[in-house]
Parts: sequence; C-alpha cells; structure tokens
Amino acid sequence: MNVAVDPVRYVAKNMRLDLRLIAEMIAPGSRVLDIGCGDGALIGHLFRTRGCDARGIEIDMAEVTHAVAHGLPVMHGDADADLAQYPDAAFDYVVLSRTLQAVGRPREVLRQMLRIGERAIVSFPNFGHWLVRWQLLWSGRMPMTSVWDRPWHETPNIHPCTIRDFFALCAEEGYAVERWLAVDDAGQRAPWRRFVGLANLFGEQALFQLRKAGT
Amino acid sequence: MDQAELPDITHAHVAFDDGLTLECGVALRRLTVAYRTYGRLNADRSNAILVCHALTGDQYVAETHPVTGKPGWWEMVVGPGLPIDTERFFVICANVLGGCMGSTGPRSPRDDTDRPDAARWGTDFPPVTIRDMVRAQKRLVDHLGIARLFAVIGGSMGGMQVLEWAASYPEAVFAAIPIATAANHSAQNIAFNEVGRQAIFADPDWLGGQYWAHGRVPARGLAVARMVAHITYLSEQALTRKFGRRLRGAQQAALFDDTFEVESYLRHQGSSFVRRFDAASYLTITRATDYFDLAADHGGDLSAPFRGTRTRFCIISFSSDWLYPTEESRVIARALNRVAANVSFVEIASDKGHDAFLLDEPDFHRTLAGFLAGCAEHAGLPA
Repeated sequence: MNVAVDPVRYVAKNMRLDLRLIAEMIAPGSRVLDIGCGDGALIGHLFRTRGCDARGIEIDMAEVTHAVAHGLPVMHGDADADLAQYPDAAFDYVVLSRTLQAVGRPREVLRQMLRIGERAIVSFPNFGHWLVRWQLLWSGRMPMTSVWDRPWHETPNIHPCTIRDFFALCAEEGYAVERWLAVDDAGQRAPWRRFVGLANLFGEQALFQLRKAGT
Repeated sequence: MDQAELPDITHAHVAFDDGLTLECGVALRRLTVAYRTYGRLNADRSNAILVCHALTGDQYVAETHPVTGKPGWWEMVVGPGLPIDTERFFVICANVLGGCMGSTGPRSPRDDTDRPDAARWGTDFPPVTIRDMVRAQKRLVDHLGIARLFAVIGGSMGGMQVLEWAASYPEAVFAAIPIATAANHSAQNIAFNEVGRQAIFADPDWLGGQYWAHGRVPARGLAVARMVAHITYLSEQALTRKFGRRLRGAQQAALFDDTFEVESYLRHQGSSFVRRFDAASYLTITRATDYFDLAADHGGDLSAPFRGTRTRFCIISFSSDWLYPTEESRVIARALNRVAANVSFVEIASDKGHDAFLLDEPDFHRTLAGFLAGCAEHAGLPA
C-alpha cells in the first residue's frame, strides 16, 4: 500500500486573507504559537516564507491529523486548558485567529497568551457591525449574518464582543494596543481604521496586536 | 500443546566484548545486539531511522520472519514507498536486550563464569530496564557510525524506548515518534502483566525457572499470558466485530471445548506465541515495562529530561486504546509543552484498540509519513 503524501506547499494567496494580514505583522525568524490553527495554513506559511519556528494548537482532531500529515507541528489541545502548560515567554507571538469568541474564558486566554508570548495577535468577528445591530433592533431576534451564520442554540461563538468591548478589556487588563485594524469579511483593510466608532459600526472583523503595557 | 523449544538460529548481530553495566549494577561481560537494517545509509549518515519494537516484537520489521515464516510485523509501514520509506531512509531495528531473537537475554549463555560449557542465563538473567535496552541500542547506532538518528520511532514498549532515547540522548535524536505509549505503566498495566507472569509460574513445566535444564517449556503458562495480554491489545468493538458471540460448529453444550470463536482465536494466539517466544524473556521484558517511569527517574518531573531539547516530537495515540489511553499521551505532550518543546500530538480515530498501530490505519500512516516529510524538510534531508 502506498501512502501518497501531498507536497507541503502553502501559497499565501490561498490563505484566508486575515491570516495573510496576520503573517505580515510577524517578524521573520520569530517563535510563533497559533491557537486554533485549523489545518495549519498560517504556520506553514510562516515557516516557509519567514523562517519562523511556528507551531499550532487545534481542537478539531480531523484538522490536527490533516496538519501533521502535511508536516506541520500541530498538537491537539484547546486554548482554555493547554496554554497554562507552556512556560513564560516561550514565544515571540501568540496568535488567536477568529477563535476568541469561541473560547470558554476569553479574558484568561488573553492573560495566558501574554504570559507565554511577548505579543498577542487576536482577530475576532465584530458583534458591533451595523448589520448585526440592525437585525437585533428590527427583528428582535439574534442576528444571522455571513459572519454570525449559526443560530444562537448551535453557535460555538459563546462570547461575542464588539471592537469597543475589546478596547475596554485591553484597558482593564493593562494591555497596550500596538496595532489594530478593522477589516471587511474578506479580510481587506477598511478605510475607517483610525476611528473606533466607525470601525465598530462598519468593520466585520477586527485584528489586534497587543503586548503588556510597560514591557 | 506444542512443547518444542525455540529453534537456535543465528541472527545477524554485533557483539561488544566490553559488555554493558546494567542499571541494576550487574555487568554483562559481553553484549550481543541482533539487528536488521533496510534501505541505504546516505553519505553523510543523516537518514537513519531507528525502529523500536514492542514487548513481543523483534527486529524482523519488514521481512519474512525466520522462525514463524510470517511477514514482518510492520510491513505495512516500513518499506519502499511506505510511510517509513526505505528508498529514502536507512531503517534499523534491534532485538531488545532481554529478548529472545539473538540479543543478549535469558537465552544467552551466562557470562559470569569462565566455563566454556556455561549454561544459559534463564531466570538468573539480571533485571533489565528500558534505559538498559536503549543503551544497548546506542552501542549499535555508534557501531554503525551514526552520530544522530533522523528519527526514533516505536509503539507501545517501543514508544517507551523512544521517550528514553529522547531523554538520554537528545542530541542524537532529531525526531521522536512515541506511539500508543505512556511515560509509566499504570497499576492496571502492571496488574495485567502480573496475571501473565503468574500463569507462567503456575505451569508445572516452569520447574521453578529451571525448565531449560530439563528440556521443558512452560508453554501452557506462556500461552495463557499471551491470551490475557492479547485481550488488552484489542478493543471491545474489535472483538465484537471479529467474533461476536458466534459459536464454532454446533456443539453448544460443550463445557470446556473452545465453543465460542473468540476462545478459539485466543487459544490460537497463545499456542502460536509459544513457538516464537521464551518464557524467561517474557518475564524479563514485562518487568522492564512495569518498572519504566520516566518522571520518577528525573525527580518526579516528566518535563525535566526534556528541558532545552531540540528534538521534534510527534505523539500518536488511538481513540479505542484502553491499554495506553490517549490521556497517557496527553501527559507526555503537556510535559513537553512545559519546556516549550516542538511537539505534534494526534489521536487517531480507530476502533481497533491498542493493536491499531500494527494494523491498516490510513490516517495513522498519513500522519507518520507527513510528519517525517516535514522533519526531513527541517533537517535539510535531500528529498
């Protein structure tokens, strides 16, 4: 029996656009942990194009198997339980892409990210988007959009937040926001990124780079 | 039951005349390591993979077994174009210290006497540990002129050896793949092993361990040990799928014949095992697995032996393995996380139980092949 091994080649243009934006934020040669890394597209890209020591954690075993079978260092685990295992400052960047809203304890996960990594890069879908607000206001029911596309009783997204909420949490926890931007669903940069109120209304996703203030 | 002794055939081996001092303090004067290799070692000796066999395995990984005539135990995995591709890698497998396929063990002539007609060690063979087994393998690897193994791979007890390799010789292991294993035996593991040992002791042909001297083999006891162990290698689903409650023939009223198919299967497993394995080796090796406790060897901290390691790990477990359950693998993965080691960790969905690592499991084989391909890229191994 022959086992065909697909060639290990991820091309950036095939990556989700928000992953491409994240990749651009990461300095070459960095140590990176990608939490909720899926099939490992980002870590594969970071290794091949930026020479990073990039690793992943993923909760979906089928994705883990796929990633490891493509030569990527990914372990089965979840953000809530496994980050606590890592030593302090083990990574330069810890990435949490479109996963924050699905973890059990987002505040604790962020704390762990900034304990084990020097910087955290977090992306999440913005619950403050005008369409979400409009649907709730108009129909009086939980919004269903292209981003928030699962009914309330099925969704894994148990902790939705808005861009303003996230800024507030960063202030509370003493995190310096080094960079942030709001993007549309395709991950394209939105022009209102300097105005939080507008970004919170029109941005479908947000991307933040944090570090502990004073470090 | 077949009383035949194991045939004394010569296995390819290397002998080290300076011997080996075991952890228990006994110095073996002479160390023999029987081994097989597959594929070709490349010019810079960077493509060697050491495969570590399990409790009742041996060095005949990918070729017809000289005693049983059966295919190698990992022919699905090791060979040209297979996950451990012998067209790319140089694969080594050694019979473990304490084994009965040519390496120094209870069947070897005792060397604590200068008498030329020295009897076999038998049950006087000193207790060996997993670390002793690994140190014997290291001698072989040094002998072959290999400074760094590209990978060390093994399932079950072989996985324990992989962990010990990575802990004892981190610079000599680029990638480590412990499969369906644990950093120590649970009380349940030890308990099952003990049933097997007691079955051997209870056999009248055991003769207090002096069966060699009288040309006897405690075949019934060893067969029962194998039967018990074999149940632990399978999942309940696998047994049900293979045999269910099916009866053999129509003799439903028979009280002691092997009425159920599963009984007949186990008896066959037991009787064929005694034709290729030695009871004293079985005792020696099961003891080594029971005593294995990597954390205890390092002050109770399983992370300690891996601090600063640059080895790339891939830990693989199987969802229906209740002998070495996934949780035991997760313990290892987390210990490696605590020292920020590079670790991949996959649980393969399978209903075949512990034995899954020896069987046709495409996801497992893809994982193995992919991880090795990724490591080869990192190691700069020519494609």
